[in-house]
Amino acid sequence: MSTMNILIAGFGGQGVLFAGKFLAYKGLLEDRQVSWLPSYGPEMRGGTANCNVILSDDPIGSPIVNKPDCLIVMNKPSLDKFVDTVVPGGMILIDSTMIDSKVERDDVTVYYVPASKLAGDAGFSTLANMILVGKLLYAMKDKGMDNVEEILKHVIPARKMDLLDINKKAIQTGYDYEA
Amino acid sequence: MAEKVLMKGNEAIAEAAIMAGCRHYFGYPITPQTEIAAYMAKRMPKIGGCFLQAESEIAAINMVYGAASAGVRVMTSSSSPGISLKGEGLSYMAGSDLPALVINVQRGGPGLGGIQPSQSDYFQSTRGGGHGDYHMIILAPASVQEMASLTFKGFDLAEKYRMTAMILADGTMGQMMEPVSLEMGEINEHDKSWAVTGTKMARKHNIINSLSLIPEELEQQNFDRYARYKKVEENEVMYEEYLMDDAEICIVAFGIAARVSRNAINEARAQGIKVGMIRPITLWPFPKDALDKAADTCKAFISVELSMGQMIEDVQLATKCRRPVTLCNRAGGMIPSPEEVLQAIKEAKGGLE
Repeated sequence: MSTMNILIAGFGGQGVLFAGKFLAYKGLLEDRQVSWLPSYGPEMRGGTANCNVILSDDPIGSPIVNKPDCLIVMNKPSLDKFVDTVVPGGMILIDSTMIDSKVERDDVTVYYVPASKLAGDAGFSTLANMILVGKLLYAMKDKGMDNVEEILKHVIPARKMDLLDINKKAIQTGYDYEA
Repeated sequence: MAEKVLMKGNEAIAEAAIMAGCRHYFGYPITPQTEIAAYMAKRMPKIGGCFLQAESEIAAINMVYGAASAGVRVMTSSSSPGISLKGEGLSYMAGSDLPALVINVQRGGPGLGGIQPSQSDYFQSTRGGGHGDYHMIILAPASVQEMASLTFKGFDLAEKYRMTAMILADGTMGQMMEPVSLEMGEINEHDKSWAVTGTKMARKHNIINSLSLIPEELEQQNFDRYARYKKVEENEVMYEEYLMDDAEICIVAFGIAARVSRNAINEARAQGIKVGMIRPITLWPFPKDALDKAADTCKAFISVELSMGQMIEDVQLATKCRRPVTLCNRAGGMIPSPEEVLQAIKEAKGGLE
């Protein structure tokens, strides 16, 4: 796929922007065109956050993702808001610990990953976001887990580098989870 | 080429300013540009620079006025309502012929408005902003790379012509991250013999002032200033053409509107419609000649804006109303979708048949 439009949405604090940053850096390190655009409006102040990431082999026009090829959702309001915007043939990754409803569309691939539960069980309860990222890497089937450590070194701030290993584990957990 | 890093547009502006030799920043926080001040607060003390959060926007612009009088590279940043507050200072600085860089990361208005992206300060900025006859050089970045490169260039142009330059961005440009190369090149040195830096009793003292009570003299100052503006118009116009070679419809858009338009143009081209774009990079000076020339061959123009239609007047003036110009716009913090722009293209195409 020459262009991948990704929309990640959830509550503030779930790591929506960080997950987006990881994917953006993945694109950058793979020499692709990249854009990352966070929500910064009143909705963010009310508690929901979302992030638009575009990875492309061609110059990127609008950085705004209106029709995602891939939707990652971490709460119910976000699923309800964006489920119908996903392009036919696209994919939706759902934190099924947070969202108990099912997607009623049959023209998209849906991965139900109990990311928050998996993260809690493994002792890194704040990393449900990276478990979903891991599942996305699996679904993208391009480079697998190859450059995950290098990407993480770019996105984790130096003073928090001790969190690198658990981020890697979280991504691996998502990658290996049989949805 | 330097390694590319991912940066927010606001951070790219701040870093490029430091690379351009700016060591004085005065500001007051306002969404969606606060990252600029935050970045400056972190970096300036480490490099011997001055970061100062003023008590208001008015105080900040007057601190810029003072620093610019001393001939140093100085910057302030704000968003729409804050820029209005700076209007008086901008006019005084124009009346004193001082170089400085001002950043406006626009949000929806009027009034306090909202905090979402907008381009509705087009009139305010391209017509000067404050009272009196004057212009600022208005630079409109459409990528994070341009947020950096136009900031660097803005300082140079400001000093070259002893004018205020302004980066007219919007909330999207400020908040988005894209890969950026921070290779900015050499800093050009410009004459600063006018600056008030102390005479050491070796020369006549310089005076920086915008008060001039003798009308004959004030008129002459205006004439001289406009002779300088004419040179800017002759030498510094910047724009980018996209698929204009065979275009019969021409979109005119800047900043985020140009990015959205690019998607719509690609889709329209896929449907066989010959549409291109002229993207002004300088909004003042406006690329009048490029548009006038385009009007020789293009049969219709579309101004795509995040406002109620401001730049459209400059498009009509530049093309001397020889061709129909339609408006495709959203306002108040909304952004036109590529589908809305595509619809405008189709309507323009329909009008030709």
